[in-house]
Amino acid sequence: MREWLRRQRYLIDYSLSALARRPGKHVGLLVVYTLIVFLLASVMLFTHALRREAALVLADSPQIILQRQVAGRHDLMPLEYLERIGRLRGVSALYGRLWGYFYDPAVRANYTLMVPPESSTGHRAPDPGEITIGSGIARTRGLAVGDYLSLRSARGEPFSFRVASLLPTTTELVSTDLMLLSAADFRRFFAYPEDRVTDIVLEVRNPREVRTVAEKLILALPDTRPILREEILRTYDAVFGWRQGLVFVLLAGAVLAFVIFAWDRASGLSGEERREIGILKSIGWETGDVLRMKFWEGTILSLTAFSLGYLLAYAHVFYGSAALFEPVLKGWAVLYPEIRPIPFVDGLQVATLLAFTVFPYTVATIIPIWRAAVMDPDAVMR
Amino acid sequence: MITLRDVSKVFNQGRGNELWAVRGVTLDLDPNQMTVLRGPSGSGKTTLLSMIGALSRPTSGRILLDGELLSNLPERFMTQVRRRTFGFVFQGFNLIRGLSVLENVMLPAYPLAPVHGDLRRRALALLAQFGIERKAGERVEWLSGGEAQRTAICRALINEPRILIADEPTANLDSRLSRELVGLLDELRALGKTVLVSSHDPLVFESDRVHRVLEMRDGRLAEDSRC
Amino acid sequence: MRKSDLFLRGVAVASALLLLTALDSALRSRMAGPAIASRAALVSDLDLTDLALFTEARYTRHPSQADLHSAFQDHPIAIEHFPTGSVVPARAPMPVAAPVQP
Repeated sequence: MREWLRRQRYLIDYSLSALARRPGKHVGLLVVYTLIVFLLASVMLFTHALRREAALVLADSPQIILQRQVAGRHDLMPLEYLERIGRLRGVSALYGRLWGYFYDPAVRANYTLMVPPESSTGHRAPDPGEITIGSGIARTRGLAVGDYLSLRSARGEPFSFRVASLLPTTTELVSTDLMLLSAADFRRFFAYPEDRVTDIVLEVRNPREVRTVAEKLILALPDTRPILREEILRTYDAVFGWRQGLVFVLLAGAVLAFVIFAWDRASGLSGEERREIGILKSIGWETGDVLRMKFWEGTILSLTAFSLGYLLAYAHVFYGSAALFEPVLKGWAVLYPEIRPIPFVDGLQVATLLAFTVFPYTVATIIPIWRAAVMDPDAVMR
Repeated sequence: MITLRDVSKVFNQGRGNELWAVRGVTLDLDPNQMTVLRGPSGSGKTTLLSMIGALSRPTSGRILLDGELLSNLPERFMTQVRRRTFGFVFQGFNLIRGLSVLENVMLPAYPLAPVHGDLRRRALALLAQFGIERKAGERVEWLSGGEAQRTAICRALINEPRILIADEPTANLDSRLSRELVGLLDELRALGKTVLVSSHDPLVFESDRVHRVLEMRDGRLAEDSRC
Repeated sequence: MRKSDLFLRGVAVASALLLLTALDSALRSRMAGPAIASRAALVSDLDLTDLALFTEARYTRHPSQADLHSAFQDHPIAIEHFPTGSVVPARAPMPVAAPVQP
C-alpha cells in the first residue's frame, strides 16, 4: 500500500514536470477550463439557491386564485362571481383582490399597486391619500416616510400620495415594487368599475380538496381559470430550469467547450509525445505506468480547474451577490431587488458537476495514449 | 548467459519497402566481458542490440537469458526483465527534455517506487561517480554532448542492472572523451557487469579493453574475433 | 520540495476551502431563517404570489399569474422584446380535465 502511494507520488512528480514543460499552453487551458466551471457552477448555485428560497417564501401563497378571461385575454372579475362561488362546498374563505400595474414615466419603472386584503394583520389598508411603498420605489424616487409621490391617474389627473410607511428591506425580494393603497383610492386612480375586482382569492378548508374545488370552479364559471398554489411553486422551479432560454444557451456552450477540449486531447499524439512514451517504456516503465501517469496529468488539470472554478463561483454568488448575472436578470427593469442569495447548496449537484468536469477530460487524455503505450518501445521510437 | 538462436528481424513485412534488418544471427555472449558489435551504419547493429535488450521482439528465432526464453514473454514480464537486467544507453541519448539531470537519472526507478530519499542519494552518487554531480539540477537540453552521454549512462545504471548496452556511445565525443568513456565502461565491467557496445569508431573496437569484436554486415554476423 | 509535495499541499488547501464552503452554507442558511420567515410572512399576509425579480413587464413580474398568451397580448406575433422574457418561461397550465357534456 505504501509502495502504491509512493509510486503515485512519483507519477505525479513526472506529470507536473511534463505539464511545466509547456507552461503557456497549460496555463491557458487551465484558465479557460476554470472559467467554464466558474460559469456553470455560478449558474447552478444561483438557480438552486433562488429556487429553494422561492419554495420557502411562497409556501403560504394563496391556495387558489381565480382569473377571468375574455377572448383569451385577462379580464376583470365581476363581483357577483363571489356570490356564485360562495355556495361551493369546501371553500372556507374568499375575497376579491384589487391589484394592477402602473408605469411611472418619470423613472421608467413599473410599480405593482395593490389593496391589502382585509384579513391582513400586518398591513391594514392605508388611510385615504396615503400609501405604503416597497424599498425599490423608495430608492428609485428618493422617498422617505412623509414625502409625497405624485402620479397621473387613468383619467390624466395628478394624484398626490403621502408615504405613510415603508415595507421592510428584508422583504425586498417580494415587495420591492409594491405600493399599497386603500380600495377607494385604487378604484379612483385606475377608474376601476365599481362592480369589478381583479381576481378572486380562495382558501379551501381541506388542502387535499384543492384540485376538486378547482374543477368545480371551472364547471361553475367556464370563463375563469384557477391558479393553484402548487402551480405557483412549480413556476419558480422552472424559472431557472435548464431547459429555459439563456440557461440552456449557456449550458450548451459549456458542453460544446468541453467537447472541444476532449477532442483536442483525444485527436492523437504529437510526434514528441509519442517519442516520450517510447523513451519511458524503453527505460522500464510498463504500459500501466504510462497510462497512470497520463491519468494524473488529466486529473491534476481538471481537479485544479474544478476547485478554482467552484470556489470562485461560490464567492461570486454568495458573497458577491451574483454580480455578473445582474445585467441578465435586470434586463430593462429599473426596479431590481438587492438579491443576496442564501447559500442553499445541493451536494448532489456539486458532485455531478465534479464528475462532469473531471471525468470526461481525464478519459479523453488517456484514450489516445492507449495505442502508443501498448506498442513495443522500439516501434514507438522509430 | 545471453543466447541467440537464428534470430531475424524484418520491418514492413510483405510490403514494398520490406527490410530484413537482422538475418539468422546465432550468438552466445559470455558474462563479465566487454563485447563490441562493429559494422557500418545500416548493418543492423541497433536492431540487434534492441532485441538483446528486450526492447523489441525478433520476427523469428529465440533469445534466451540465463537459459530462460526472453523473446516471447508477454509485454509486462519483458518490461520487468528489462528493468532488472538491462541498462540501455541510446545513440541519441533519449533524455527527456524539460526535466533536470537528476530527474532523468531517477526516472527508470519510478515504477519500482523506492523511498524517495534513498533513490535521490543513489542517483547523486552515480552522478558523482561520473563527475557530473554539479549538473544535477540543470535541464538536460543545456548539457554538452559529453555531459549528456554521462547522464544517459547514469540513467542506465540507476536500477543496478547486470548488463549494460550502449549504442554508438562515442558518436558525439572527441578522442579524449571517447577514450575516457571506454575506460569507464571497462571499470563497470570490472565491477561485475557485462558490457555490450555497438560502434564503428576504431577508438572503441581497437581498444585493448575489449574482449571480443563481432562484425555485422547486411544484418548477418560476419566475423567473430576474440582478443 | 518535491513537485508532488506542492500538488498534495494544493489538494489539502483546496479540500479545506471546499469544506469551508459547505460549513458556510450550512451556517448561513440557518442564520437566514428569520429573514426568510419575514418574507414568507409578508407573502402570507398580503396574499402575494410572486417574487419581485423581474419588474420589466407584466408577464415577467408575475410569471405564475401569466399564461402562454400573456407575452402575445400586445399583438399576435409579438416577438419577445423584454430581455428577462428569455429567462422566465411561460407558465404551463395544470391539466385539469373538464368533463365532456353528454
